[in-house]
Amino acid sequence: MSPPMGDSHKRFLQTMMSNGIISASRAAALHKHCCETHGAHYVADRLEEFINIINAHLQSLFMHIRKGMSEDDGLEYYALVNVTETDITRMASDYADNELELFRKTMDLIVDSESGSASSTDILNCADSLQTKKLKKKETEHVLNKFVQDKWLNEKDGEYTLSVRCIVEMEQYMRTIYQDLIKVCHVCHNIALQCQMCENPICGIKVHLPCVARYFRARSDPRCPECSDFWPHEIPEIPHSQSQSSQSLPSSSRESTAPTPSRRSRRS
Amino acid sequence: MSQKKRAVSASQSKTQRRSQVSLDEDDEAANFSQITSSQVQRARENFTPDQIDRKVAEVVQFILIKDQKKIPIRRADIGKHVIKEYKAIYTEIMNRVCRKFDQVFGLKLVEIDPKSHIYILINKLEPIHGEPVSMRPGNPKTGLLFVILSVIFMKGGVIKENLVWNTLKKLRVDPGEKHDEFGDVKKVVTDEFVRQKYLEYVKIPHTEPVEYEFRWGLRAEKEVSKLKLLEFVGELFDQDPQSWTQQFREASAAETSSQRA
Repeated sequence: MSPPMGDSHKRFLQTMMSNGIISASRAAALHKHCCETHGAHYVADRLEEFINIINAHLQSLFMHIRKGMSEDDGLEYYALVNVTETDITRMASDYADNELELFRKTMDLIVDSESGSASSTDILNCADSLQTKKLKKKETEHVLNKFVQDKWLNEKDGEYTLSVRCIVEMEQYMRTIYQDLIKVCHVCHNIALQCQMCENPICGIKVHLPCVARYFRARSDPRCPECSDFWPHEIPEIPHSQSQSSQSLPSSSRESTAPTPSRRSRRS
Repeated sequence: MSQKKRAVSASQSKTQRRSQVSLDEDDEAANFSQITSSQVQRARENFTPDQIDRKVAEVVQFILIKDQKKIPIRRADIGKHVIKEYKAIYTEIMNRVCRKFDQVFGLKLVEIDPKSHIYILINKLEPIHGEPVSMRPGNPKTGLLFVILSVIFMKGGVIKENLVWNTLKKLRVDPGEKHDEFGDVKKVVTDEFVRQKYLEYVKIPHTEPVEYEFRWGLRAEKEVSKLKLLEFVGELFDQDPQSWTQQFREASAAETSSQRA
C-alpha cells in the first residue's frame, strides 16, 4: 500500500483541481508551499515522488496528475486529468452542444493543418455549417474567447492552436479519433501539432520545435535522426527554463522582445 | 442506525411506509428508505467489487463537477444520474465516497438541508492564515463576499439590504453601475452568492415598498470561520477581537461546535 496522503498532498491536489494545469516551476513552488504550510518534511527536487503518492490514491478514482510538454515554450506542465474519458466530455458541463461541436471542428482543422493551427476565418466558416445549431460571427468570437480563457486553445495573431492543457487532457481521445492521421514527434513520441518535418519525401518524420532544439543542440551539421538527410530548418534555441521561484524573474537572456531569427521559423 | 430499523419494517408494509415519507421527496428519494437488508445482500452479490469501485469513482466525479460550480448536490440527483441500479447499496457507496473525499482531497461532504437531502463539499484543511473563506484561490469575488459576510456578522447576523449597498458604495463598488471586475454587482450578490448558499436574501414581510434583508447562507455557516473573520476585522480596525464581546462569544461558540462536528 502506498503511504497515506498528508494534508500537504491534499492541499496540492486541491490547488491542482482549481487550476486545472500548472507549469512545472509553479508545481515545484507549490510543493514547497504545501509542505511548509502543513509542517511536512520537504525535500526539494522530490516533486515526482510527492506527486506519485497522490497519483497512487487517485488511481481508484480514475484520475491522474499527468506531465506534458508545451509545444510553444517547451516547458513542462502538470495537469489533473480524468483517465476514463474517451470523449471531450471534460468540457461538456461548461459548453453548449453547438459550442462543443465547434471545438471538435476546430480540433479537426488544427490536426489536419501543416502548421498545427487554424485561422479564425476558417473557424468562422465552420461555425456557419454546424449540424447542431449555427453560431453567428459574434457568438463564435465569444466562444473562442471562452476556449482561450478556459485554457483549451491558444490564440496568436488570429491563429488558434491547441493548448498544452488540451493536448495533455485529450491525448487519448485524439489518438483514438484520428488514429494515423495525427502526427507524432519522432523524438518524444507524443502528439505533435506544431512541428518541423523532414523534407525527404520518403521519410517525412515530424519533430516538435522544442524537441528539435534539444536534439540538435550545438550541432553544426544537423541530420534527420531517421534518414540522415540534412535537416533544412532553422534550429530553435533551447527553451529557457524558468527559475525555481514562483515569480518569473525578468529574463536577462533570449526571451527578449526583440525578434530573433529563430522565432520566425516557429510558424513555418 | 435508524435506517436498519426502517428497513426491517419496510418488508412488512411498503405501502404504509410510503405515505409516511415526506411528500417533498420524489419517488427516487423515497426508495432509499425502503431498502431491506436482503436486497442489500443480493445487490452486493450481483455487482463485482470492481463495478462497485467504479460507481464510487463516478459519484466522486459527479460531486466534484457540481461543486466546481458551487451548485449544492441533491441526493436525488446522485441516485438518478449516477447510482441508478446500484441503489440498494447506496449507503455503502456513499460511505466510501465520503471516505475518499476525506482521505484523498481533504474535503467533507456536508448535508446542509436534512429534509431535502442537499449536500455541499467543504474544505477540511486548515485555512491558511488570513484566508477565512476557502473559495477558489485568487477569485476576486471572495473579497466582495467577505466584506458582506463581515458586515452581517458584526451587525448581529441580519441586516437590511441598504446597509450592504451603502458599504459597497463606500468601497467604490456601486450596485447600480456595471463594475469592471464583478459586472452586475447586484446580480452577483443577490443571485450568485445566494444560489451558492453563501448568503440568504429574504423579503421582509409587511414592507411597502418591498425591502429585503441579508443573512449568512448555509454554506457560509459551514465554511467560514467566524473567529478568523473577527480576527481580520480586528486587524482592520487595530482592535483586539475580544473588544467586541458579543461577536467574540458567538465566534468562539461557533468554533468549538464546528470542531466537534
